[in-house]
Amino acid sequence: MSDIILSMRNVTKKYYGIKAIDSISLDIVRGEIHGIVGENGAGKSTLIKTVSGAISLTDGEIYFENELLKPESPVDAIKKGISVVYQEFNLLPNMAVYENVFFGMEIKKNGFLDRPAMREKSKLILEELGFDIDVNSKVKNLSPAYWQATEIAKSINHEVKLIIMDEPSAPLTEKEVDQLFNVVRKLNDNGITVIYISHKLNEIMELTDRISILRDGNLIKTVETKNTTEQELIKNMVGREINEIYPDKEYSDQEVILRCEGLTSDKVHNVSFEVRKGEIVGFGGLVGAGRTETMRLLFGADNKTSGKIFVENQEVNIKCPVEAIKNGIGLIPEDRKNQGLILNKSIYLNSLLPSLYDYTKYMFIDFKKSREDIKEYTDILKLKALNLEQICLNLSGGNQQKVVITKWLLKNCKILILDEPTRGIDVGTKQEIYQLIKDLALEGKAIIIISSEMPELIGLSHRILVMHEGNLTGELKGEQITQEAIMTLAAL
Amino acid sequence: MLKNLKLKSFFEKYAIYLVLIIEIVLFSILSPYFLSVDNLINILRQVSIVGIMAVGMTFVILTGGIDLSIGGVVACVGVICAKLMVNGVHPIFAILVSLIFAALVGLINAVFSHEFKLIPMIVTLATLQILKGISYIITGAIPVFGFTEEFKVIGQGYLGPIPIPIIIMLVLYVIAYIILTYTSFGQSIYAIGGNEEAVRLTGINIRKQKYLAYILCSLITAVAGIVLLSRVNTAQPSAGIGYEMDVITGAVLGGISMSGGEGKITGVFAGF
Repeated sequence: MSDIILSMRNVTKKYYGIKAIDSISLDIVRGEIHGIVGENGAGKSTLIKTVSGAISLTDGEIYFENELLKPESPVDAIKKGISVVYQEFNLLPNMAVYENVFFGMEIKKNGFLDRPAMREKSKLILEELGFDIDVNSKVKNLSPAYWQATEIAKSINHEVKLIIMDEPSAPLTEKEVDQLFNVVRKLNDNGITVIYISHKLNEIMELTDRISILRDGNLIKTVETKNTTEQELIKNMVGREINEIYPDKEYSDQEVILRCEGLTSDKVHNVSFEVRKGEIVGFGGLVGAGRTETMRLLFGADNKTSGKIFVENQEVNIKCPVEAIKNGIGLIPEDRKNQGLILNKSIYLNSLLPSLYDYTKYMFIDFKKSREDIKEYTDILKLKALNLEQICLNLSGGNQQKVVITKWLLKNCKILILDEPTRGIDVGTKQEIYQLIKDLALEGKAIIIISSEMPELIGLSHRILVMHEGNLTGELKGEQITQEAIMTLAAL
Repeated sequence: MLKNLKLKSFFEKYAIYLVLIIEIVLFSILSPYFLSVDNLINILRQVSIVGIMAVGMTFVILTGGIDLSIGGVVACVGVICAKLMVNGVHPIFAILVSLIFAALVGLINAVFSHEFKLIPMIVTLATLQILKGISYIITGAIPVFGFTEEFKVIGQGYLGPIPIPIIIMLVLYVIAYIILTYTSFGQSIYAIGGNEEAVRLTGINIRKQKYLAYILCSLITAVAGIVLLSRVNTAQPSAGIGYEMDVITGAVLGGISMSGGEGKITGVFAGF
């Protein structure tokens, strides 16, 4: 057997009596890049946290270089050379890059901070990783790619043997992902073992040596990357074959329900389009092309400088979300955690909010009726939760998104805007959401989708509008819809 | 493990009640008079003014704001009400004018903090200073006194064995509990404190809810001001100064989160 750096033996973790991971035994070989895949809630993050010492184990042992890791001791893990780059950045936005890199491990001279030395050394580390960053600039002024770089620099500035990366590519653009891959490979060349966790199977296929697949807290199997395919990974992740993940496109021409004329703000220039009943219209374009901004104008979340909106051929004056909702428009925002949900409130309250006054009689809320109705929708959506009183913070990303969808289903809006509806959501739930979108369209609702995932956009939309730098650059229908056509219009 | 967690969340939830019980037990051991009905009623009467004010404050803090002007409202309401009554206005009418004045103060707080996006702490600190100033100008720093017997009933009267201030306080707590738990206004207030942007995107009229919260806070404070005036029988321009700290402390001890959105009114009650 080759040199095992990390060995997990029957690792089990229970939360409130529910097994998050169940008796997992996994060996990581020194010097490999090991991918971990699985649906949301499969136990990936829990597994990492047991290694990093962030949480205790219910059962089992973890050995690092043949030494037992002290459970629930992040200090021990760091001392032994394990470092984790978490999905959410743990940076201090108001401090400089070098201060972040050395946070908690400052270089000192005569009891005072040795700033020049820290600047010098962090610059060196970053250059070695292939980043040219001004180490004096504040983290908040940098792009997410550089946050990532800072985070990685922070994790390798001390003696590190194993780096665990949890969804490192999630906030990055495609170009930045390439850069990230170079960094990972460079680290690996320097003898550092990498555990790489991602939803994006193409990344896993490209980068890793071996892949472990988790499902429902169990390790399904570990495979050699060169001997497997994306299809096989998906099959093992969801426990069933997903042949055609997009539902059929059925659509018959119906009347126009929404028409926008010349929507304009500082980021959106004279955008006009219409959407018909039962139609799914996709908005394509690069990140920052003004798609989200256009939808926010339509929804009244931002103020437009000019432009008209017609709903069912009636001009409507939408200045704030209240009026948009009154006209039957619903928005599922891009930033689920900050804009879509009140994280520390219950599923019930979150779902109820848009329809709050529909269930209010003489100031009092009809709890019984509203609860029954919400329950009906959460059942249809197969929302997994203990009960409606559970707070949204503890739900997985997919289930959180289902709560956001529930609230607009309850409101029964005619026009539904979905901004990046499947971001950070696993394959199985994605498919459920696709099916739901199609069903809603069949019911006669008009759907607008923004997505940065090209296959999703193409797979779902009857018609695609492409934007570039705040302008509408083209419209694609039926056979015209191809990745190339969208890219050409998006990069005009 | 599971048991531990349950125990922990139990303590987090009910800590304030436990402390209250421990206090009661301890004090009753230390002093045989503590648990006597007279003493308990006395304690409740002591806290009634600040206790009433905390009801109003709870609404504002739940939205994620704060109202530091309440001390000034107490002073100003007392002075205005007193001046009117001394000049021959009927107490009921005087009280009405004072309440309308307080509602206006709440409206001003709301307008400046919501429309001009100023920090509530700064806005209400400013209104506090202005209100203090108004009280001194109206009275010329001289206490006002000499009210009718019927007005004194509010602060000094009894309903059976129970002083009226206590009754007013209890009634307000019950009403606040009902509003916060069962009405759409109450639930939206919790939601706004939780994540204002998300609530805005669900089409709740945030302006209306926030205005209501600030106005309610001022109104309820005005009630406390009138009770105080009736109890001490004199309008001092310096009345109510420093009360805001007691009120906020009580609310926070009672589990109302300063960042908004969390906490129950029953906890606030125990907080005193």
